[in-house]
Amino acid sequence: MSLFTEAFMTALLVGAIAAGIPLLLAGLGEQLSEKAGVLNIGIEGMMLSGAYFGFLIAWKTDSALLGFLGGIGGGMIVAALMALLCVRLGLNQIVIGIALTLGAEGATALLHHVQFSQSYPRLSAPMVFSIPGLSQIPVLGTAFFSREPIVYLSLALVGVFAYLYRRTYWGIALQAAGDKPAALDSAGVNVMLIRSGAVLLTGGLVGLGGAFMAIVGAGIFVPFMTSGQGFIGIVLAMLARGQPIWVLGGAILFGACLSLTTALQVAGVDIPTDVIQMLPFAAVMLVLVFLGRKANLPSALGAAYVRGAR
Amino acid sequence: MPSQPIVSLKGVTKRFPGIVANDTVSIDFFPGEVHVLLGENGAGKSTLVSMLSGLQQPDDGEIHIDGARKAIQSPHHALSVGIGTVFQHSMLVPSLTLVDNVNLGGRWWQNPDRPAIAARMSETARSIGVDVTPMAVTSSLSLGEQQQAEIVRALMRGSRFLILDEATAMLTPKDAEKLGLLMRRLVSQGLAVIFITHKLNEAVAYGDRISVLRLGKKVGAIAPDQLKSLGPERVTQEIVRLMFGHSEDAAPSAPAEAMPQQNADLGGAVLEILALEVDDSAVPVSGVELKIRAGEIVGVAGIDGNGQKQLAEALAGQRPVRNGRIYLDGLPIEDMSVGDRRKRGLRYVTDDRLGEGTVGAFPVSINLLLKQIGDAPFWRSGLESPALIAANARRQVVEFDIRTPSIETPAGKLSGGNIQKLLLARELTGSARAVIFAKPTYGLDLQNIAASRRRIREAADSGKAVLVFSTELDELIELSNRIAVMSQGRIVGIVDNDQSARQRIGEMMSGVAK
Amino acid sequence: MTASVSSTAKSGEIPTTKRAEDRGEATKERLLTLLLSVGPLIAALLIASLILVLMGVDPLAYYGYIVKRGLLSPTGLQATLTGMGPMLLIAASLIVAFRAGIWNLGGDAQFLLGAVFVAASAPLLVQIMPVWAMLIISLAIGATIGAIWSIVPALLRAYQGVNEIITTMMMTFLGISFANVLVKLLFLDPATTVPQTRTLAVEDRLPRLFDTTVSSGVLIGLAAILIVHFIMARTSFGLKLRIVGANARAAIHAGLPVSALTVAVFAMSAGLSGLSGATAILGQYGNVRADWNPAYSLTIVPLVFLARFNGFATIAYVFFFSMLSIGSESAARRMGVPNYFTLVTMAVLLILLGITEMLDKRRRDRKGI
Repeated sequence: MSLFTEAFMTALLVGAIAAGIPLLLAGLGEQLSEKAGVLNIGIEGMMLSGAYFGFLIAWKTDSALLGFLGGIGGGMIVAALMALLCVRLGLNQIVIGIALTLGAEGATALLHHVQFSQSYPRLSAPMVFSIPGLSQIPVLGTAFFSREPIVYLSLALVGVFAYLYRRTYWGIALQAAGDKPAALDSAGVNVMLIRSGAVLLTGGLVGLGGAFMAIVGAGIFVPFMTSGQGFIGIVLAMLARGQPIWVLGGAILFGACLSLTTALQVAGVDIPTDVIQMLPFAAVMLVLVFLGRKANLPSALGAAYVRGAR
Repeated sequence: MPSQPIVSLKGVTKRFPGIVANDTVSIDFFPGEVHVLLGENGAGKSTLVSMLSGLQQPDDGEIHIDGARKAIQSPHHALSVGIGTVFQHSMLVPSLTLVDNVNLGGRWWQNPDRPAIAARMSETARSIGVDVTPMAVTSSLSLGEQQQAEIVRALMRGSRFLILDEATAMLTPKDAEKLGLLMRRLVSQGLAVIFITHKLNEAVAYGDRISVLRLGKKVGAIAPDQLKSLGPERVTQEIVRLMFGHSEDAAPSAPAEAMPQQNADLGGAVLEILALEVDDSAVPVSGVELKIRAGEIVGVAGIDGNGQKQLAEALAGQRPVRNGRIYLDGLPIEDMSVGDRRKRGLRYVTDDRLGEGTVGAFPVSINLLLKQIGDAPFWRSGLESPALIAANARRQVVEFDIRTPSIETPAGKLSGGNIQKLLLARELTGSARAVIFAKPTYGLDLQNIAASRRRIREAADSGKAVLVFSTELDELIELSNRIAVMSQGRIVGIVDNDQSARQRIGEMMSGVAK
Repeated sequence: MTASVSSTAKSGEIPTTKRAEDRGEATKERLLTLLLSVGPLIAALLIASLILVLMGVDPLAYYGYIVKRGLLSPTGLQATLTGMGPMLLIAASLIVAFRAGIWNLGGDAQFLLGAVFVAASAPLLVQIMPVWAMLIISLAIGATIGAIWSIVPALLRAYQGVNEIITTMMMTFLGISFANVLVKLLFLDPATTVPQTRTLAVEDRLPRLFDTTVSSGVLIGLAAILIVHFIMARTSFGLKLRIVGANARAAIHAGLPVSALTVAVFAMSAGLSGLSGATAILGQYGNVRADWNPAYSLTIVPLVFLARFNGFATIAYVFFFSMLSIGSESAARRMGVPNYFTLVTMAVLLILLGITEMLDKRRRDRKGI
C-alpha cells in the first residue's frame, strides 16, 4: 500500500518515540508509586514542574543535560510535598494528588509569567547521538538509533526497573509496601521510607519526562503544556500490571497515535488531530470491554499506613 | 527451674485514651518454657505483645532482656534482640513467595540468593519437624501452613523468644493440635515461647507456666510445679477464678452435660435442601441434602474452607445456586433475593462480622436495620423516620444487652462480642423461621461465647429451624440434635448427636481427607 | 481499637457536678471547630499574600480588588452567582459519586459533551417550539448525553469490577477529543469562520433573575445540590448508596442490588455533569467553541472534599471559589497577576485544610472521642 512509504513510517516512528518517551517516564514513575501503595494522582503536576524547571535551567545554562537534571529536581519538589502529605501525614492520596496538580499548574504558569511575561523563548535542539552502524538501518535507524542520549537512557530504564523489581531486595520491599505494609514493618523495614523513596523517585522520573517534553519535544515551555499526559501515564501504569515492559508498549502505542497526524500529513492525508487522538483511548476501552479484565492493583493502594491500625 | 529469665517485664504500664491497657504488669519469661498468657478480650494481652515486639512503647516500667534494661524501640530492634512474633493476623505478604517473605529487609541493592535461602528455610523447618514449600506463593497456602512458615521465618531470623499471639484462633482443631506439639518441640530446644490465648483447654494442655491478665492487670500465675501437681481440672477451676474473679459459674457449662434433649418434640420440616450445587472457583459445593425441622439444631462440622461459607451464602441468597432446590416452609426459595428470603423468615448470622456483617462507620441504629433499609415503618415511601429507627435501636440494645455508649456510636467501635450481639439482635428479631449461624462464637471471649450459645438454643426452643456451621466440634456436640460433616464441598455424612457421635464424626472427617 | 472498648460500660451516668465542666468543654470544642474551619483559610490567604509580595504585588490591594470585583460590584456579584450554576451541578455530581464510593473522574467529558449537544440542538429547537419547551428539552438532552457517556464505565464497574478511575479517565480523554470532532466537523456553524457551534440568542437563554444579569442556572444548581444533600442524608435510597460506598460486601450481605445501584450512581452523577454542561450553555455561553474545556470537574473535586460532601458547605465553598475566579480574571487585566494565581491559592488552601483535618483527627483520637 502506498501509504506506508519510508517517509511516512519514519515520521510515524520518530514521532512515536518523541511523544512516547514522556508517557513512558510518567508510566514508569506511576508504576513505581503504585507498587509501593501510593496512588499518585499528582504526577501531572510533577511533570509540569519538571517541564518548567527543565526548560528554565536548560535555557539559563544552555545545557540540555543540566536541564534534564533540573527537570528531575522540579518533579521531586512536588513529589516531596506528596510524600510529606500522603505518606508521612496520611492525607487522602487522590485529593492531595489533585491539589498538587492544580497547584503545579498554577505555580508554573505564574513563574513563567513572572520570568518571561508573554514571550516564549526557544531552546536550541539538543545533541543527537547516532549509534554507528545501527543508525543506517532504514526507518528504524532514524527512529531508534539516531536520537538524543536521553532517549536511550529512558528506554534502558525499562530494563533497569524490570531488573530491580524482580531481582533485588528493594523490589521485594516495594511489593510488600503496596500489598501488606504491616508485614514489611514487622520485618523491621521502614514502610514510610520505602514509600517516600518510591514517591520521590517517581517525581524524578516524571519530572524527567516533563523536561524531555520541553527540551527535546517542544523546545519551549508553555503553561499547561503537559495537557493530561500525566494522567495517561496513570492509565498506562494501571494497565501494565506491574510490568515495566508493558508500560513501554503502551507508551509507544499512545505515542504513535499522537504522532500519526503529523505522519499522515507527511503522507498527504489530512485527518483531524482530534480523531486520531481518540484512537488509543478507544482501543483501550475496547480491550477492557471485551476482556473485562480486572486491573491488578496492590491491595493497600491508596491507603496510608498507620502502625498498629487494622 | 531455669536460672535467669530471657525477658522480664517490670511494672510495665501502657495507657490509651480513656483506658489503662496494661497496669504495672510484671512477668518473667524463662527459656525452655511455654508461657501461656491468658485473658479475656480486652484484658491487655495484645498491648503486651505490641510492646514486646516493638510496635508500641510502655508509658511506665521497664523491659529487661537477659537481665539488662532495654527499650524495644521498633520491630527491627525486637528482632535484633531475638524476639520474634507471630501475630494473630498473618504477617506474610500474600503476593510474594515464602522465600521472598523471608527476604524482606535485605540490603536493597542486593540480589537475594533465593535457592540458598530456600534451602536454609527447608532445613530450619525440618529441624522443628514441619514441612514448608519455600517457593510457594503465600496466598496459595492454608492459614495453618502460613503460620508454620511464619514460625520458621522467626527462627531463621535468630529468634530465641517466640511470641505466638492468638495463634490457634484461625486454625482448625487439627492444625491447632499440631501447633501445640510444635511448641513443645521448640521449648525442648531451649527456646522461650509465649503463647497467647483465651482458650483454657489449650493453656492447660500445652503450657508450662500460666499468667492470667484481667482488665490490664496481672491477676495471678501458675508456676510449672503447681501446674503439674494440681491436675487439669483443678488448674482450670483456678484459672476461671482468676479470669472472672469468681468461681466457674461464669464459664460456659461443660460440654458433656449440655446435650440437647433428643428428637421427641420436634415439629415438621422448615428448611429443606435438595441436591444443592453452588459454583465456586476454589471449593464448589455439590450434592447437599439436608432437612431441618422446627425446633431442631443441625450442626455442620468440618475443617474451615471446605465449602461451609459457600453453602451458607447460597442458602442466604448472597450467592447464586447452580442447581438443586431450597424449600422454606414448603416454598422453593432458591431463586429469591436476600430480601425476599428474609421476609419469609430466613436469617443468616455471618462470621465475618466487620467485613460484611456491619458497616463500621455507620451508627449502631442503622446497622441494626441494615437488612431492612427502605422497609416500613422505619422508612415511609423512601423517607426515613428517625424516631422509629432510634426507638427500634434502643429496644434491641436493651433486649440483647449490646454495650454501646449510644445508639449513634459507629458499630466499628464496639468490641467483638457486642458486634456479635448486634448481629444476633438483627437476625433473631421479627418472624424468623430458620436461622443459619456461621461460626457463631469464633473470636469471642468466654462470656460472649456462652451468651451466643444461649441465643442459639433459645432460637431452637422457640420453634425455629437452626443450622450451625462451626469448626469447633465441642460446640456442635453441646448444641446440636444432629451433626453433618462437610468435606470438599460435600456433606459426607450426618449422625445423631449421641454418645458415639464424636468418634463417628472423627472417622468421617479423616476418612474423606484424601 | 483498644480505646473504644473502654468507655462502653460506664456511659450514661455522668455525675451532675461534671455538667458545668462539660458545658465549658463544649464551648471550647465549638470554638475549636470554628478555628479549624477558618484558620486554614486565613493561613492560605497569608501564604498566598507572601507569594504576591514576592511578585511585587500589594496583597491587600490584590485581594481588595478581587473582593470588590467579585463580590461588591453589582456586575461582579452577578457574574459570581451566574458562574456558580454549572459549578454547583458538578459538585452535586461529585457528591453523589464519592458518597457511593465511586471515583467518577470523567466529569469533564460528561460536561463537555452535554454542552456540545445542547449547543448544537438548542438554536434549532427554538425555531420549532416555544423557548420554555426548548429549555426543558435542552436540559434533558444535556443530562442524557452526560449519562450516556458513563454507560461503559458504569457497566464495567458494576458487572466486571473494572476500576472506574481508569475507565472514567479514558472516557474523559476520549470525550474531549470527540467533543472537538463534533464541533469542528458536525455541528459547525456555517455562518462563522472560527470553528464553533451555532449560537443561542441571548433572549432564548435561561431567564435572568429579576432585573439582574444573574442566570437562573444558579437556581438549578442550588436545587440540585440541596436535593442531592437531602437524598443522601434522609432517604433509604441515599442510605443504600452510602452503604455501597462504605462497605460493598456489607451491601451484598444485606441483599442490596449493588450492581444496579452502581449503575444508578453513574447515571445520576454523569447526568448531573451533563446537566451542568447544558446549564453553562443555556445560561452563560450560548455556544461551544472548538478546544473549549473549562475543566470544572477536576477543580471542583477539592471543593467537595473540603466541604466533606456536605451540601451547605459545598454551596459556601463554590460561592467563594466563583468569586475568586471572577475577581481574579479582572485582577489579571488590571494588576498583571495572571488568574492562574487562583489555582495556587486553592491548592494551598486544600493542603492546609487537609493538614488541619488530620491534626484534628489525631487530637480526637488522643482524647478518645
